Amino acid sequence: MAEVTEEKVEVKVKEPKEPLFSKKNKKLLTDPLADNNPITIQVLGICSALAITAQLKPSIVMAISVIFVLGIGNVVISLMRNIIPSKIRIIVQLVVVAALVIVVDQVLKAFAYSLSKELSVFIGLIITNCIIMGRFEAFALGNGPWKSFLDGIGNAAGYGVLLVIVAFFRELLGSGTLFGAKVLGDPIEKTGLYAFGYENNGFMVLAPMALITVGIIIWIQRSRNKELIEDH
Amino acid sequence: MSLKNKLHNLKLKYKDKKMAPAFNAIHTFLYLPNEITHSGAHVRAADDLKRTMNTVIMALVPCLIFGIFNAGYQHNLATGELKEAADSFFSGEFWSWANASIGLWKVLPLVIISYGVGLAVEFLFAVIKGHEVEEGYLVTGMLVPLIVPVDTPLWMLAVAVIFGVVIGKEVFGGTGMNILNPALTIRAFLFFAYPTWMSGDKVWVHGAVERAGDIAGGAQLDAISGETVLGSLAQGKEISYGVSDMFLGFIPGSVGETSSLLILLGALFLIFTKIGSWRIMLSAVLGALAMGLIFNGVVSAEWISSGSKFYSLMSTEFWHHLIIGGFAFGVVFMATDPVTASQTNKGKWVYGFLIGFISILIRVFNPAYPEGVMLAILLMNVFAPTIDHYVVQGNIKKRMKRLKLKTA
Repeated sequence: MAEVTEEKVEVKVKEPKEPLFSKKNKKLLTDPLADNNPITIQVLGICSALAITAQLKPSIVMAISVIFVLGIGNVVISLMRNIIPSKIRIIVQLVVVAALVIVVDQVLKAFAYSLSKELSVFIGLIITNCIIMGRFEAFALGNGPWKSFLDGIGNAAGYGVLLVIVAFFRELLGSGTLFGAKVLGDPIEKTGLYAFGYENNGFMVLAPMALITVGIIIWIQRSRNKELIEDH
Repeated sequence: MSLKNKLHNLKLKYKDKKMAPAFNAIHTFLYLPNEITHSGAHVRAADDLKRTMNTVIMALVPCLIFGIFNAGYQHNLATGELKEAADSFFSGEFWSWANASIGLWKVLPLVIISYGVGLAVEFLFAVIKGHEVEEGYLVTGMLVPLIVPVDTPLWMLAVAVIFGVVIGKEVFGGTGMNILNPALTIRAFLFFAYPTWMSGDKVWVHGAVERAGDIAGGAQLDAISGETVLGSLAQGKEISYGVSDMFLGFIPGSVGETSSLLILLGALFLIFTKIGSWRIMLSAVLGALAMGLIFNGVVSAEWISSGSKFYSLMSTEFWHHLIIGGFAFGVVFMATDPVTASQTNKGKWVYGFLIGFISILIRVFNPAYPEGVMLAILLMNVFAPTIDHYVVQGNIKKRMKRLKLKTA
């Protein structure tokens, strides 16, 4: 969370009313999807990206959960931003995330028990997801609720898009399935690609390969857009 | 016009074009370049990177030839074509055309795929990044076919080579910049991605997998099994090979790793030409012996019961560890890789010793991955810069102290 304070916008001045989806607001939503992606550019939230992306289904559930938590959380923090004493703001933020995460957890347990088993501890660990605290600190504490809402949805979606991309390749190459459907044929009965001697790549299921996949995505993204390359 | 001049003209024609590195590489691979530098004083020496690489390849050739014969020999022995096992190193049962033909049929494709795919990736990167093609892959390409099982499917090898060269080397900046040994990165990738093709008792002898499929289909045949010595020990089975078999290399295993005798020959050649570091080789052997002795001590002190799953590998005589599995091959040809090993002389002792020590540790305590030397070398590759750092710092401190004594 150390590096995220720069976006803190100066004290609020009475602005002329701007339309709900003005250019600036749209940018809040779309920027994190690509050029300011929380995972590939800010390199936040890597741990959960490694842990749950072996299959597509849990990744999508995770993405939706984070979108929910960050969208609502940003609004709540933004509404309270003028009454939170800055000394205890981290604790207040934690309480807000924790409350939202518990809601998600309970909903999953009630309606998708097997998935909640699969995601196990990682739903609970959304609390510690750096992206969430990062957006609270960097954006919601200094901006109005509508902007914060857009920013929250945008960043969480940027995180989610990456999870889904990584999970797509890991599930396809690692298990030969997509959403559990055997798209490449049956490895035991040797149909489809497996008839030609193809085999699943067991390495893709292991966590190191998630890191390498994220690395390759970062590589491709930066070689397409040279402005993203940091000089050091 | 000679070939050299033709290549030189071709190189000049494509200069500053996109494909320039490719033509440059072909020219410099075959001949010394025509250009000479004009300014400054130079030390003239013949040992450039190309010659270093070629020396290692020469040291590997005996292992490759033995591996070709051994692939056929193990196949013929297992299928019953060959009635008698070879009894001496120059035995006619081993050095026969029947063995060589099967061996060539299986091993040459591995070599061709390894070089073809690997060099294609190297050329591609050189053309895209606009630098010259580096010679680094020459040795890697030769090592790769020697450290995989003979029946490895070719497409798997190709995938692994692409992965190893791109992720193991090119992303760090190419030859000389890599952290991990590319050949071992390739093998580790194969090992974790396709474990059924890299371990077990079916992959080490050509034809065993096919035969198992036929038997499952209802054919009336004897199953071929060719467990490596290490694999049998890890499972606590009896081994049917004598020490001389293990030393000479008449055992199943990866293509080029079986013959400790020829590896020793290669090691002497590398030490004689000063290409390989004798410090690393010697200290790795010492490390392995030390760990082996510790385990033998544990067994003779009866701290471990014979029912334990670690017992049979722990009770293996300590010096046997040197001649079974890929230990000798890894230590001689891969731990000494000048890029990924420690650079300082003191560091080399520590680096080598820990490779030997950890190899045997992994061998004994991890029966699922009995080939510890691969993981040990990769681990120490990562730590090599740290070791060097402390050696250099220690030296600086020593000199500072001396300086203070003098001035005081």
